[in-house]
Amino acid sequence: MSTQFIINDLKASVEGKEILKGINLEIKGGEIHAIMGPNGTGKSTLASALMGHPKYEVTGGTAHLNGEDILEMEVDERARAGMFLAMQYPSEITGVTNADFLRSAINARREEGNEISLIKFIRQMEGKMKELEMNTEFAHRYLNEGFSGGEKKRNEILQMMLLDPKLVILDEIDSGLDIDALRIVSNGVNAMRSEDRGFLVITHYQRLLNYIKPDFVHVMMQGRIVKSGGPELAERLENEGYDWVKEELGIVDETVGQA
Amino acid sequence: MSIQLSTPVNRQAAEALSRSKGEPEWLTAKRAEAAELVETLELPKVEKTRIDRWNLSAYGQYKPAQPVSSAAELSQDIQAFVPESQSGLLVTRGSGAVFSTLSDELKAQGVIFTDLETAAREHSAIVQQYLHSVVASNEDKLSALHSALWNGGVFVYVPKNVEVDLPLQAVLYNDDADATFAPHVLIVAESNSRVTYVDNVITTGSAAQVAAIHHGVVEVVAKAGAKVSFASIHSMGEEVVDISIRRAALDNDARVEWIIGDLNDGNTLSDTKSVLNGRGSSSDSKVISIGSKKQKLSLTTQAVHWGKSTDSQMITRAVMREEATAIINGITKIEKGATKANGEQTEKVLMLSPKSRGDANPILLIDEDDVTAGHAASVGQVNPEQVYYLMSRGIAKIDAERLIIYGFLAPVVSEIPIDAVREQLQRLLERKLEA
Ligand SMILES: Nc1ncnc2c1ncn2[C@@H]1O[C@H](COP(=O)(O)OP(=O)(O)OP(=O)(O)O)[C@@H](O)[C@H]1O
Ligand SMILES: [Mg+2]
Repeated sequence: MSTQFIINDLKASVEGKEILKGINLEIKGGEIHAIMGPNGTGKSTLASALMGHPKYEVTGGTAHLNGEDILEMEVDERARAGMFLAMQYPSEITGVTNADFLRSAINARREEGNEISLIKFIRQMEGKMKELEMNTEFAHRYLNEGFSGGEKKRNEILQMMLLDPKLVILDEIDSGLDIDALRIVSNGVNAMRSEDRGFLVITHYQRLLNYIKPDFVHVMMQGRIVKSGGPELAERLENEGYDWVKEELGIVDETVGQA
Repeated sequence: MSIQLSTPVNRQAAEALSRSKGEPEWLTAKRAEAAELVETLELPKVEKTRIDRWNLSAYGQYKPAQPVSSAAELSQDIQAFVPESQSGLLVTRGSGAVFSTLSDELKAQGVIFTDLETAAREHSAIVQQYLHSVVASNEDKLSALHSALWNGGVFVYVPKNVEVDLPLQAVLYNDDADATFAPHVLIVAESNSRVTYVDNVITTGSAAQVAAIHHGVVEVVAKAGAKVSFASIHSMGEEVVDISIRRAALDNDARVEWIIGDLNDGNTLSDTKSVLNGRGSSSDSKVISIGSKKQKLSLTTQAVHWGKSTDSQMITRAVMREEATAIINGITKIEKGATKANGEQTEKVLMLSPKSRGDANPILLIDEDDVTAGHAASVGQVNPEQVYYLMSRGIAKIDAERLIIYGFLAPVVSEIPIDAVREQLQRLLERKLEA
């Protein structure tokens, strides 16, 4: 069965303040959806609410991955069901090596007694690190600790590649990447494109979308998707900014605001 | 404030016991003098810890131990602590030694490794010279009490220029709560010598389950250019109060490395101090502790800089579960004249339950301008953002927390240079964290 991810009228609040005001989105396996939008309009909130961050309370609506209600699940269950979020600000965890962490994450998807062998794991991990042009020394560093902005982003993609998720959300994966890294990371994402995997790519820049070609582009404002289109929409936003969208829709303050 | 002891300590009793053991006159006199001081001296003031409320009565009585003729005769649970490769092994049980061995090669080089009571008889002059030279008998009520009562113990003597490659290993255990368990460890490293000493302090059987005390004192004398690595892992029972005072005195360019695992289940007073007398001497201490149930822990590391260009590094990491409380003190004292000294310390506490408590007190006392010193301290809980991050990769909450907790200890554990000690510490950490 090809993947299907359906978000229906999703509402979420943080610290009592409603941020998402009814999101509707359908992503099929093989599709790439991009979400753009000014700062503070709820893009990361959408990602966090879908992944189950404890600070974000879902107050209405549903989200189903291949028929399964993911909002009912714990964070780890969502991940094992196929959700993956490359975070805008990944955590640093002292004392836990990247390799130990990755192996735990892989083994969490396997039955007890059927853990991945160390040799196979290292082969897989080093293979993917090579694709991402990461020095294998990063396997032995503590998780994200002291990683540069770009190194953290690459490490997020490394995790995605090893965990083989069904629905991938990339939150500003391009921020902090130099030009070469942008190409490398994009190649990694493109290599993962497949019929049973859907992508939701949050970005501010059309540049990323030159590498990762979206099928659909959505604009988020005030905690809603206010406009959707094809790749040409991203190009117009890059050239003209958001004012014309606001004008068209009669929006004065595009942020989630106090309302 | 006086402590009610189960066995009264006085001059007559101390003298009688010492004579009955055939100890040299000077030692009998020292014990008698200390016994008298017990009456008059006060308990030490321990930062934010009311040790006067701890059960300090159950010192028990001197009970000689029955020696065994080979390590194989030791009980199973004790053998588990005996490593495969060592240069020497010493086992004490309750109040006395039961087994000791030292490689012929080291014996030939003049190394001494035996229990301290035996050493006091057989190497009387040298023991007399150094015993209580680092931790005096008259510092407070506890030091006096220990001087009057100590038994069994360990003596390590490494002659000039001798390098002991493999660790000297001691297992100090008590399986009888009525036996006084007060080992005194004295390590003398002559100039340019090198030695690694590792011990395990444990209680088994009844001694782990009824009120008892372990009262240990460690004195390390490191002469010019000597290097002493000292590792000690304590894992005594819930009803056992552990009082452990460790101190090293360092001459020029000497170095001491302390690795302390405070993994008891009972109340613990642990104080580890380096006195950097000599120019260019240095000290490194790493302390790891796990507290659980209603345990109270007072963990102190100290460095006193007298010599020029001295260096001290101190790290303590503690994980507190359930209702455990830890008071962690780091004291770096730099005396006037100790120019170019450097002292750094870090204390971190991770609290795993709302009822656990942690208090980290970094204290810098600096009387010299031309020095560098730094400290960092933190007390916190498992960071929910980190748990979320790990869970978002499919790792179950309990495993995520476990990774974070071991990760908290890892920067210290992974730095432990002796493989066997590191592995054993890891095993005991797991036992205590997953109990
Ligand atoms: N944990 C939080 N605590 C308080 N406010 C929050 C929290 N998370 C989000 N918000 C608020 O919700 C609104 C939307 O934030 P969000 O991070 O979703 O924006 P975004 O669209 O991702 O912006 P950017 O493009 O800058 O990343 C903002 O006003 C933000 O301050
Ligand atoms: Mg964002």
